Amino acid sequence: MINGVAGYMYPNEVELQWSLLIVLYPYITGLVAGAFILASLERVFKVEEVRPTYRLALLTALAFLLVAPLPLQLHLGHPERSFEMYLTPHRTSAMAMFGFVYLWYLMVVLLVEIWLDYRADIVHQAQTRTGVMRWIYRALTLGSQNVSPASRRIDDKVGYVVTVIGIPSAFLLHGYVGFIFGSVKANPWWSTPLMPVVFLFSAMTSGIAAVLVIYVGSSLLRRTRIDMRCLDAVGKYLFYTFVIDFSLEMLDLVHRTYEADESFRSLDFMVHTRLFISQIVVQIFLGTLLPLGLLAATQLVRFSDAIRRRIYVGASLLTLVGIFAMRWNVVIGGQLFSKSFLGYTTYKVEFAAREGLLPALALMILPFVLLLVLVKLLPPWQEQEVTEG
Amino acid sequence: MEITRRQLLTRCTQLLVLTGTAAAALEKTGQAPGPDDTYHMADHWWGMMIDIEKCIGCGNCVRACSKENNVPEGYFRTWVERYQVTEDWEHPKVDSPDGAIHGFPANTDPNVKSFFVPKLCNHCADSPCVQVCPVGATFVSPDGVVLVDPDYCLGCRYCIQACPYGCRYFHPEKHIADKCTLCYHRITQGLTTACCEACPTGARRLCDLKDPNDPVHEFLRNNMVHVLKPQMATGAKVYYNNLDGSVR
Amino acid sequence: MRLLREAGHLVRVALVLAAGVVLFLIIRNAVVPKDFGRYGHFRPEALGVIRAHPVAFAGQSTCVACHDDQAKERAAGKHAHVACEACHGPQAAHVADIANVKPALPDVATLCARCHEKNAAKPKSFPQVVTAEHSGGVACNTCHKPHNPQI
Repeated sequence: MINGVAGYMYPNEVELQWSLLIVLYPYITGLVAGAFILASLERVFKVEEVRPTYRLALLTALAFLLVAPLPLQLHLGHPERSFEMYLTPHRTSAMAMFGFVYLWYLMVVLLVEIWLDYRADIVHQAQTRTGVMRWIYRALTLGSQNVSPASRRIDDKVGYVVTVIGIPSAFLLHGYVGFIFGSVKANPWWSTPLMPVVFLFSAMTSGIAAVLVIYVGSSLLRRTRIDMRCLDAVGKYLFYTFVIDFSLEMLDLVHRTYEADESFRSLDFMVHTRLFISQIVVQIFLGTLLPLGLLAATQLVRFSDAIRRRIYVGASLLTLVGIFAMRWNVVIGGQLFSKSFLGYTTYKVEFAAREGLLPALALMILPFVLLLVLVKLLPPWQEQEVTEG
Repeated sequence: MEITRRQLLTRCTQLLVLTGTAAAALEKTGQAPGPDDTYHMADHWWGMMIDIEKCIGCGNCVRACSKENNVPEGYFRTWVERYQVTEDWEHPKVDSPDGAIHGFPANTDPNVKSFFVPKLCNHCADSPCVQVCPVGATFVSPDGVVLVDPDYCLGCRYCIQACPYGCRYFHPEKHIADKCTLCYHRITQGLTTACCEACPTGARRLCDLKDPNDPVHEFLRNNMVHVLKPQMATGAKVYYNNLDGSVR
Repeated sequence: MRLLREAGHLVRVALVLAAGVVLFLIIRNAVVPKDFGRYGHFRPEALGVIRAHPVAFAGQSTCVACHDDQAKERAAGKHAHVACEACHGPQAAHVADIANVKPALPDVATLCARCHEKNAAKPKSFPQVVTAEHSGGVACNTCHKPHNPQI
């Protein structure tokens, strides 16, 4: 056995090409898409209960979206050439469109929606603050301080349209990330038309879980009351999307097992050995069945508020771990077996290397720092609005 | 007399190499070969013929490729596999120690079917690696060779994932995807590839499918020919004679 | 008209986005290599860059052009179709500077065995021996001339 290789691998396959950072990439974009879809529940589908999370979800989506391209940049052999994606995008490449999908989502959907929603606050700040902050807010108004009821009605209508466009855009953003993997015909672990759909629903699941945790966390930090009606609603949506996500993943599993094509023996062996901990234990048991059971219990049994709150937070945290494990198993698992189906390699995460654990941790902390800045700049708390107004 | 003739011929070959040096100067400017270039891409469609019954697993091709193309150690543009196939036909024993750069140990089990399989980029006409390149840094040239633009590649490694044959690697110093060029710098000046030049048995031969006089036409007509993983529908142009069905 | 005035801030957003698109198109037009896409979705200059790689193996016809006596000897024997550089290694550097770059003589002990050491995976018709039994450590070229290996 050389370099952790068992059996036969083509000699160039021994080294993994996509590392921990590429695990983060679908994880982070998934959080973006999920958070946005939760926000749009309130806006488009008029789910009043989740209103307290609306702005927070939008800011969470923005914070994570700003970080999303960083792991890719860090991974590239020549990051300075990445602008070529915009200059000469290759029409047949699933990856080429990422830059455009990303920019569309960032500039046209998320920023515009947040701006329209916050415009009254921004104008108010621009008129009342002093010093540097005054100039920042003035810049954010884009020079228009018109917040007449008529203009706000227009904002509301346009904001609605942007959200309606935003839902398919969020689907596109993450379904498309799934397609990057699902369209690689050389790799049987990835190549399935279910991949974009599975990615989409796991994205929604993880995004909703993230917003729930951030909502509860921020309420605790600010010592404000947690709106249990909201939490119940978010928990319910988390449960529903997770059920769909899990069903899809099981469908994929059953289909693979039943068809048992040329790659099956090899992949099955991999799942029972090298991926056992991350796939069976972490992803399926700890990260899926356990939170699903907890969430199902809240639907069936009447717990007190305090217990329900703990269950929601616990289930959400487990979900976040589970979805991360799912991304890991897709990205890393897809590279552990040989395309000859005759052997396996291993992946060791380095620590302080360019694609190691340290930058990965930094990249996971960064969105929270950005969120803190955004929250300071554009406070999402609705009750404040009420007291001030 | 002989010496003068030798000197004369030396001049000629020096001239040949000089054109090579002129080409090396182009490396800096990035200019395409000038109008005096007699090579016309539209007249060629390159591929390779491999005869399993002739391969002796000496590793000459791997060494030649490594020297000709400065292939970084531990990575392979071509390699040779040894198959030992029992009656459990779907699960052959395969090895390729260091890509067979030093050949193979003599320890093959004489009681099972065994043979060598040279591998290299299949220069697919419908190449999945080219399909996925986000920027057009890897491409099928008009004469049918899959190449990487070293000054344009991002190093995203999507192409490495997309190759069903494991023929690409990430160059550890250049930080770009790297692969067999079918010795494009040689075949465009009338030479054969380094691996074919060094193959002592003629197990691998460069072929030009657009040349009506190329032996490839006879090869395809007279032999039981196979390409690797035909189910991938990549339009592979490395044709194997007498390839066993266990080969992957 | 009133509607337009109340939506003035949206016009500003549209202008910002439009300015971004225009700026992008200008940069794109300036930066993309002019003949990109002439032969397909790639830079045609890349072909020249790749062709500019120096040659290491000079090729059979170049060797034979000078070393015709060895070529004649080889043509008469079983090694007739083995190219010079298959055993002697890459010699383009030697061709470029005949006076100073001399090819090293191959090490017979490893050279011959690479092809002719017995291995069950080799084609049955290919001449192969277990060198330890065949020569008992005596160098191959004691009996066989490498260019025409017949004894």
